[in-house]
Amino acid sequence: MRKIFGLAATAALALGLSAGTSLAEDPLKVGFIYVGPISDHGWSYQHDQGRQAIEKHFGDKVETTYIESVSEGPDAERAIERLARSGHDLIFTTSFGYMNPTIKVAKKYPDVKFEHATGYKQADNVATYGGRFYEGRYILGQIAAKTSEKGVAGYIGSFPIPEVVRGINSFMLGAQSVNPDFKVKTVWVNSWYDPGKEADAAKALVDQGVDIMLQHTDSPAPLQVAQERGIKGFGQASDMIKFAPEAQLTAIVDDWGPYYIERVQAVLDGTWKGGDTWGGLDKEMVHMAPYTNLPEDVAADAAKTEAAIRSGDLHPFTGPINKQDGSAWLKEGEVADDGALLGMNFYVEGIDDKLPQ
Amino acid sequence: MNGFEALVLTIITASTPLLLAAIGELVVERSGVLNLGVEGMMIVGAVAAFGVAHVTGSPLLGVVAALFAGVAMSVLFGVLTLNLMANQVATGLALTILGLGLSGMIGEGFIGEPGQRLAALHIPVLSDLPLVGSIVFSQDILVYASIALVIGTYHFLFRTRSGLILRAVGDNHTSAHALGYSVIKVRFLAVMFGGACAGLAGAYLSLAYTPQWVEGMTAGRGWIALALVVFASWRPNRVLIGAYLFGAVSILQFHAQAAGIGVPSQLMSAMPYLATIIVLIIISRNVTLTKTNTPACLGKAFVPDR
Repeated sequence: MRKIFGLAATAALALGLSAGTSLAEDPLKVGFIYVGPISDHGWSYQHDQGRQAIEKHFGDKVETTYIESVSEGPDAERAIERLARSGHDLIFTTSFGYMNPTIKVAKKYPDVKFEHATGYKQADNVATYGGRFYEGRYILGQIAAKTSEKGVAGYIGSFPIPEVVRGINSFMLGAQSVNPDFKVKTVWVNSWYDPGKEADAAKALVDQGVDIMLQHTDSPAPLQVAQERGIKGFGQASDMIKFAPEAQLTAIVDDWGPYYIERVQAVLDGTWKGGDTWGGLDKEMVHMAPYTNLPEDVAADAAKTEAAIRSGDLHPFTGPINKQDGSAWLKEGEVADDGALLGMNFYVEGIDDKLPQ
Repeated sequence: MNGFEALVLTIITASTPLLLAAIGELVVERSGVLNLGVEGMMIVGAVAAFGVAHVTGSPLLGVVAALFAGVAMSVLFGVLTLNLMANQVATGLALTILGLGLSGMIGEGFIGEPGQRLAALHIPVLSDLPLVGSIVFSQDILVYASIALVIGTYHFLFRTRSGLILRAVGDNHTSAHALGYSVIKVRFLAVMFGGACAGLAGAYLSLAYTPQWVEGMTAGRGWIALALVVFASWRPNRVLIGAYLFGAVSILQFHAQAAGIGVPSQLMSAMPYLATIIVLIIISRNVTLTKTNTPACLGKAFVPDR
């Protein structure tokens, strides 16, 4: 049975290919896999903005497809393979948990080019890309330490993976640069996207006495709780000021458009290569939303830090930094290399919580 | 507001949507119909509530809209499974998929729009009492509705003649039919009641829990409600216990995490499920009683032979 299906698929593919060669003006097919719905107003929403940017920029030359709400795991492999089989030339898989499925499918389809977001496994036809969101988190840390009266922030985490842990560490380093005794309470919801749970976690944190909050999950629900309970917070992945006009101080905004356009252009030109791109404020992959609801001097300092990170004068992970247990990690003046950052699985000194392993 | 009050209020918020959806499904299953489309009806209710509240500016109208939206979805299910004899499991699953897609389409224009919040009722004097004032007398209408529905359902099922007929239809549809009761009519009404409750649960999500519309915001709560009904062995009072237990444990585990208790967060996230299942199994440990409570015709199609 399977063989028959396989043959049928090959036949269909062969037909598709021959049709492709006879029509030279066929558009380039670009596919996207999203972990949430495009209307999450967070992570997946921003990736879809990037997809729309491609359509706008290239017009008839490209044709884009997306599959949303694909859970990380076996489902992902099927979804990615579906795009690969249906003649897509370039496929963006936009969540960390798609890493192994992407590599697996990429092996089967060597002529299709893959781009995996926030991962670290590459192949000849698999490139990885990500944003240095931790740069933004450092700025949030400084703002939090200056704004919080209690000196305690609440942090809602999704999963304890390096991407999230790095954000927490960077946030704390930023906060410690202002107030060495600053504390953070972390709550893990073990989900990227569940507005109800995110709100529950936010309420629990407020009830435990935090007066500033940030999240590494994808919905605006925690910020909405901050607004209701009269504390401050930060937007995640996109500008969420509409949900919290008085509570949002700023937001880390992901901007994938320029990178996506660059990569599609590379495929069109035949210059596409694997590798890793990790862009931050400097590459415009990470933006800060306007600084609002802040005293002028705090906003000005934040803008200064932002400029320093953008120009490369300031790297959030610059020694001396100790690990949580007090052992030395970076020496005075030493800057963490990207490998260490990408695989980060420990907290820095000053965080009391234990990192779930 | 002190810490304890805040905690209890958060628990009530987390439990209410589960309770609303579960009590509706309980009546549906007692009549012998298995509707796996709770998640779908709930999310359509959520988008209807948000949309109408957003357009008219009245959250109460939103609640009404959610009720009708839930019923509309359940009527679709009823026609397919009761009149056209489609498979209940497959139809229920299809209803969930339809609901998730349909709500996403309807809700496209509401993305990123801040929502209307369903206001809490303020009862003079009573609402101002310390502690009980904020917990018991200052809830929104849907919280009161959920408790009233549990009491009402209990009374209806076990203290009224119509409730007896409904249970008879669920336990042995052939006999009920032979006695002259309209099995299809009873089941249709039960299915519609389930739809209305699921719609209200959705309204609670998009108007009170997190007043916003985002796609897929039910995030599996419909499935939890379905499981609650089974583990509560089809008893309304146990559904109440189960829903509140689930809500309480999910909130308490966040508090435990925030307080820095060194238990792995993955285990913490599993706690609500574990605790609820264990407690409800202990409550329902009497096998004979559980068997009597299980609707014997659950999920079986009824074809009147004459």
